[in-house]
Amino acid sequence: MSTVVFFIFAILSIAAAWGVVTSKNIVHSALYLALSFSGVAVLYVLLNADFLAAVQLLIYTGAVSIMVVFAVMLTLRGEVSESNPENRSWFGGALVSALVFVMIGLVILTNADWRVLAAPWTGGGSAEDMSLLLLTQYMIPFEAAAVLLTIALAGAVILAKGVKESK
Amino acid sequence: MNLANFSVGLSTYLLVGAMLFSLGLYGVFSRRNIVAILMSIELMLNAVNINFVAFNRFIWNQKIDVHYILTGHVAALFVIVVAAAEVAVGLALVITIYRNRQTANVDEFNWLKW
Repeated sequence: MSTVVFFIFAILSIAAAWGVVTSKNIVHSALYLALSFSGVAVLYVLLNADFLAAVQLLIYTGAVSIMVVFAVMLTLRGEVSESNPENRSWFGGALVSALVFVMIGLVILTNADWRVLAAPWTGGGSAEDMSLLLLTQYMIPFEAAAVLLTIALAGAVILAKGVKESK
Repeated sequence: MNLANFSVGLSTYLLVGAMLFSLGLYGVFSRRNIVAILMSIELMLNAVNINFVAFNRFIWNQKIDVHYILTGHVAALFVIVVAAAEVAVGLALVITIYRNRQTANVDEFNWLKW
Protein backbone atom coordinates (compact mmCIF):
# COMPACT_ATOMS: atom_id res chain seq x y z
CA MET A 1 0.00 0.00 0.00
CA SER A 2 2.64 2.52 1.03
CA THR A 3 4.74 1.38 -1.93
CA VAL A 4 1.97 2.30 -4.35
CA VAL A 5 1.47 5.66 -2.63
CA PHE A 6 5.22 6.30 -2.74
CA PHE A 7 5.49 5.64 -6.46
CA ILE A 8 2.39 7.69 -7.30
CA PHE A 9 3.67 10.76 -5.44
CA ALA A 10 7.35 10.35 -6.35
CA ILE A 11 6.45 10.19 -10.04
CA LEU A 12 4.04 13.09 -9.54
CA SER A 13 6.66 15.33 -7.98
CA ILE A 14 9.33 14.41 -10.54
CA ALA A 15 6.94 15.00 -13.43
CA ALA A 16 5.94 18.34 -11.94
CA ALA A 17 9.62 19.28 -11.56
CA TRP A 18 10.10 18.37 -15.22
CA GLY A 19 7.20 20.69 -15.99
CA VAL A 20 8.86 23.48 -13.98
CA VAL A 21 12.07 23.36 -15.99
CA THR A 22 10.60 22.76 -19.45
CA SER A 23 7.42 24.82 -19.52
CA LYS A 24 7.50 27.77 -21.91
CA ASN A 25 4.92 29.69 -19.86
CA ILE A 26 6.33 30.84 -16.54
CA VAL A 27 2.92 30.90 -14.84
CA HIS A 28 2.61 27.19 -15.60
CA SER A 29 6.09 26.72 -14.14
CA ALA A 30 5.00 28.35 -10.88
CA LEU A 31 1.91 26.13 -10.64
CA TYR A 32 3.97 22.99 -11.39
CA LEU A 33 6.34 24.09 -8.63
CA ALA A 34 3.48 24.09 -6.08
CA LEU A 35 2.46 20.60 -7.30
CA SER A 36 6.01 19.29 -6.92
CA PHE A 37 6.26 20.65 -3.37
CA SER A 38 2.96 18.99 -2.44
CA GLY A 39 4.17 15.64 -3.77
CA VAL A 40 7.31 15.93 -1.65
CA ALA A 41 5.13 16.65 1.41
CA VAL A 42 3.45 13.26 0.89
CA LEU A 43 6.89 11.64 0.73
CA TYR A 44 7.65 13.23 4.12
CA VAL A 45 4.50 11.65 5.56
CA LEU A 46 5.68 8.26 4.25
CA LEU A 47 9.03 8.89 5.97
CA ASN A 48 7.28 9.47 9.34
CA ALA A 49 8.15 13.17 9.34
CA ASP A 50 4.71 14.52 10.14
CA PHE A 51 5.77 17.95 11.34
CA LEU A 52 8.06 18.47 8.36
CA ALA A 53 5.23 17.52 6.01
CA ALA A 54 3.05 20.22 7.57
CA VAL A 55 5.93 22.72 7.39
CA GLN A 56 6.52 21.78 3.75
CA LEU A 57 2.89 22.43 2.88
CA LEU A 58 2.72 25.68 4.83
CA ILE A 59 6.04 27.24 3.82
CA TYR A 60 6.79 25.84 0.38
CA THR A 61 3.37 25.28 -1.12
CA GLY A 62 1.74 28.11 0.77
CA ALA A 63 4.31 30.87 1.04
CA VAL A 64 7.16 30.31 -1.43
CA SER A 65 4.91 29.42 -4.37
CA ILE A 66 2.67 32.42 -3.73
CA MET A 67 5.69 34.73 -3.53
CA VAL A 68 7.01 33.30 -6.80
CA VAL A 69 3.61 33.92 -8.42
CA PHE A 70 3.70 37.52 -7.16
CA ALA A 71 7.20 38.03 -8.57
CA VAL A 72 6.09 36.53 -11.90
CA MET A 73 3.16 38.93 -12.09
CA LEU A 74 5.29 41.95 -11.16
CA THR A 75 7.99 41.19 -13.72
CA LEU A 76 5.88 39.92 -16.61
CA ARG A 77 6.31 41.77 -19.87
CA GLY A 78 5.21 40.89 -23.37
CA GLU A 79 3.51 37.65 -24.36
CA VAL A 80 2.94 35.27 -21.44
CA SER A 81 3.20 32.12 -23.58
CA GLU A 82 6.81 33.06 -24.46
CA SER A 83 7.73 34.31 -20.99
CA ASN A 84 10.22 31.59 -20.11
CA PRO A 85 12.52 30.99 -23.09
CA GLU A 86 15.46 28.61 -23.16
CA ASN A 87 19.03 29.74 -22.98
CA ARG A 88 21.54 29.21 -25.74
CA SER A 89 23.46 26.86 -23.47
CA TRP A 90 20.54 24.56 -22.64
CA PHE A 91 22.15 21.55 -24.31
CA GLY A 92 25.32 21.85 -22.21
CA GLY A 93 23.15 22.22 -19.12
CA ALA A 94 21.21 19.07 -20.01
CA LEU A 95 24.45 17.18 -20.53
CA VAL A 96 25.96 18.33 -17.23
CA SER A 97 22.85 17.59 -15.19
CA ALA A 98 22.43 14.16 -16.83
CA LEU A 99 26.04 13.41 -15.94
CA VAL A 100 25.46 14.56 -12.36
CA PHE A 101 22.39 12.34 -12.12
CA VAL A 102 24.24 9.31 -13.49
CA MET A 103 27.11 9.86 -11.07
CA ILE A 104 24.86 10.26 -8.01
CA GLY A 105 22.81 7.27 -9.16
CA LEU A 106 25.92 5.10 -9.50
CA VAL A 107 27.08 6.09 -6.02
CA ILE A 108 23.64 5.32 -4.56
CA LEU A 109 23.20 1.98 -6.32
CA THR A 110 26.71 0.67 -5.64
CA ASN A 111 26.88 1.63 -1.96
CA ALA A 112 25.91 -1.48 -0.01
CA ASP A 113 25.42 0.45 3.25
CA TRP A 114 22.49 2.30 1.74
CA ARG A 115 20.64 -0.81 0.55
CA VAL A 116 18.51 -0.93 3.69
CA LEU A 117 14.80 -1.30 4.26
CA ALA A 118 12.77 0.55 6.83
CA ALA A 119 12.95 -0.68 10.41
CA PRO A 120 9.93 0.01 12.62
CA TRP A 121 10.01 3.66 13.61
CA THR A 122 9.56 4.77 17.20
CA GLY A 123 11.47 8.03 17.02
CA GLY A 124 8.48 10.32 16.76
CA GLY A 125 8.54 13.30 14.46
CA SER A 126 5.93 15.59 15.93
CA ALA A 127 6.55 19.22 16.83
CA GLU A 128 7.00 18.19 20.46
CA ASP A 129 9.79 15.73 19.65
CA MET A 130 11.58 18.23 17.45
CA SER A 131 11.30 21.07 19.94
CA LEU A 132 13.17 18.94 22.48
CA LEU A 133 16.12 18.95 20.11
CA LEU A 134 15.67 22.53 18.90
CA LEU A 135 15.60 24.07 22.34
CA THR A 136 18.48 22.10 23.86
CA GLN A 137 21.13 20.80 21.45
CA TYR A 138 20.46 23.20 18.57
CA MET A 139 19.44 26.28 20.54
CA ILE A 140 22.07 28.63 19.10
CA PRO A 141 21.37 27.72 15.43
CA PHE A 142 17.68 28.08 16.24
CA GLU A 143 18.18 31.63 17.52
CA ALA A 144 20.47 32.39 14.57
CA ALA A 145 17.70 31.22 12.22
CA ALA A 146 15.31 33.62 13.95
CA VAL A 147 17.78 36.49 13.48
CA LEU A 148 18.31 35.46 9.85
CA LEU A 149 14.57 35.51 9.14
CA THR A 150 14.19 38.94 10.74
CA ILE A 151 17.09 40.36 8.73
CA ALA A 152 15.78 38.76 5.53
CA LEU A 153 12.34 40.27 6.17
CA ALA A 154 13.76 43.77 6.72
CA GLY A 155 16.14 43.42 3.76
CA ALA A 156 13.40 42.24 1.41
CA VAL A 157 11.16 45.14 2.40
CA ILE A 158 13.96 47.69 1.95
CA LEU A 159 15.05 46.21 -1.40
CA ALA A 160 11.58 45.94 -2.87
CA LYS A 161 10.35 49.29 -1.59
CA GLY A 162 13.35 51.23 -2.88
CA VAL A 163 15.31 54.04 -1.27
CA LYS A 164 14.10 57.60 -1.68
CA GLU A 165 16.41 59.69 -3.88
CA SER A 166 15.67 63.06 -2.24
CA LYS A 167 17.46 64.10 0.87
CA MET B 1 9.16 -8.26 -9.77
CA ASN B 2 5.93 -8.26 -7.84
CA LEU B 3 5.14 -4.69 -6.87
CA ALA B 4 3.23 -5.66 -3.74
CA ASN B 5 6.26 -7.43 -2.25
CA PHE B 6 8.68 -4.67 -3.25
CA SER B 7 9.15 -2.32 -0.35
CA VAL B 8 10.73 1.06 -0.75
CA GLY B 9 14.24 1.31 0.57
CA LEU B 10 16.66 4.11 1.22
CA SER B 11 18.13 4.08 -2.30
CA THR B 12 14.73 4.68 -3.87
CA TYR B 13 14.28 7.86 -1.87
CA LEU B 14 17.83 8.93 -2.66
CA LEU B 15 17.19 8.37 -6.37
CA VAL B 16 14.07 10.55 -6.19
CA GLY B 17 16.17 13.26 -4.51
CA ALA B 18 18.91 12.91 -7.15
CA MET B 19 16.34 13.19 -9.93
CA LEU B 20 14.83 16.37 -8.46
CA PHE B 21 18.32 17.82 -7.92
CA SER B 22 19.35 17.14 -11.53
CA LEU B 23 16.15 18.68 -12.86
CA GLY B 24 16.79 21.79 -10.76
CA LEU B 25 20.38 21.94 -12.03
CA TYR B 26 19.13 21.71 -15.61
CA GLY B 27 16.68 24.53 -14.90
CA VAL B 28 19.43 26.77 -13.53
CA PHE B 29 21.49 26.20 -16.69
CA SER B 30 18.77 26.39 -19.29
CA ARG B 31 16.23 29.02 -18.27
CA ARG B 32 16.47 32.66 -19.24
CA ASN B 33 13.94 34.16 -16.84
CA ILE B 34 15.50 34.87 -13.46
CA VAL B 35 12.33 33.88 -11.57
CA ALA B 36 12.51 30.44 -13.22
CA ILE B 37 16.12 30.14 -12.04
CA LEU B 38 15.02 30.89 -8.47
CA MET B 39 12.32 28.20 -8.82
CA SER B 40 14.97 25.68 -9.93
CA ILE B 41 17.10 26.54 -6.90
CA GLU B 42 14.07 25.83 -4.71
CA LEU B 43 13.73 22.42 -6.39
CA MET B 44 17.37 21.63 -5.58
CA LEU B 45 16.98 22.63 -1.92
CA ASN B 46 13.88 20.44 -1.73
CA ALA B 47 15.82 17.47 -3.09
CA VAL B 48 18.45 17.94 -0.37
CA ASN B 49 15.68 17.95 2.23
CA ILE B 50 14.38 14.61 0.96
CA ASN B 51 17.86 13.17 1.43
CA PHE B 52 18.14 14.48 5.00
CA VAL B 53 14.79 13.02 6.04
CA ALA B 54 15.38 9.71 4.22
CA PHE B 55 18.77 9.19 5.88
CA ASN B 56 17.21 10.04 9.23
CA ARG B 57 14.41 7.53 8.66
CA PHE B 58 16.48 4.59 7.41
CA ILE B 59 19.85 4.86 9.14
CA TRP B 60 18.99 5.20 12.79
CA ASN B 61 19.67 3.27 15.89
CA GLN B 62 17.12 2.71 18.61
CA LYS B 63 19.82 2.55 21.24
CA ILE B 64 20.96 6.14 20.87
CA ASP B 65 19.59 8.85 23.09
CA VAL B 66 16.04 9.83 22.19
CA HIS B 67 17.11 13.46 21.95
CA TYR B 68 19.34 12.86 18.94
CA ILE B 69 17.08 10.70 16.78
CA LEU B 70 15.54 13.58 14.88
CA THR B 71 18.76 15.37 13.92
CA GLY B 72 18.03 14.96 10.21
CA HIS B 73 14.61 16.54 10.63
CA VAL B 74 16.21 19.52 12.38
CA ALA B 75 18.72 19.91 9.53
CA ALA B 76 15.87 19.84 7.01
CA LEU B 77 14.03 22.46 9.05
CA PHE B 78 17.05 24.77 8.96
CA VAL B 79 17.31 24.26 5.19
CA ILE B 80 13.65 25.28 4.88
CA VAL B 81 14.30 28.43 6.95
CA VAL B 82 17.30 29.41 4.80
CA ALA B 83 15.32 28.69 1.62
CA ALA B 84 12.50 30.95 2.77
CA ALA B 85 14.93 33.79 3.56
CA GLU B 86 16.72 33.23 0.24
CA VAL B 87 13.56 33.35 -1.83
CA ALA B 88 12.34 36.51 -0.05
CA VAL B 89 15.59 38.42 -0.63
CA GLY B 90 16.02 36.96 -4.13
CA LEU B 91 12.57 37.99 -5.31
CA ALA B 92 13.02 41.47 -3.79
CA LEU B 93 16.25 41.75 -5.80
CA VAL B 94 14.44 40.58 -8.94
CA ILE B 95 11.78 43.25 -8.47
CA THR B 96 14.42 45.95 -7.90
CA ILE B 97 16.37 44.92 -11.02
CA TYR B 98 13.15 44.83 -13.02
CA ARG B 99 12.34 48.36 -11.86
CA ASN B 100 15.73 49.64 -13.06
CA ARG B 101 16.13 47.61 -16.25
CA GLN B 102 12.55 46.65 -17.27
CA THR B 103 13.63 43.05 -17.86
CA ALA B 104 13.81 39.71 -16.09
CA ASN B 105 16.13 38.10 -18.62
CA VAL B 106 19.49 37.08 -17.16
CA ASP B 107 21.26 37.56 -20.51
CA GLU B 108 20.64 41.31 -20.22
CA PHE B 109 22.08 41.61 -16.71
CA ASN B 110 25.51 42.82 -17.81
CA TRP B 111 26.37 45.87 -15.71
CA LEU B 112 29.72 44.43 -14.69
CA LYS B 113 30.78 43.63 -18.25
CA TRP B 114 32.93 46.05 -20.15
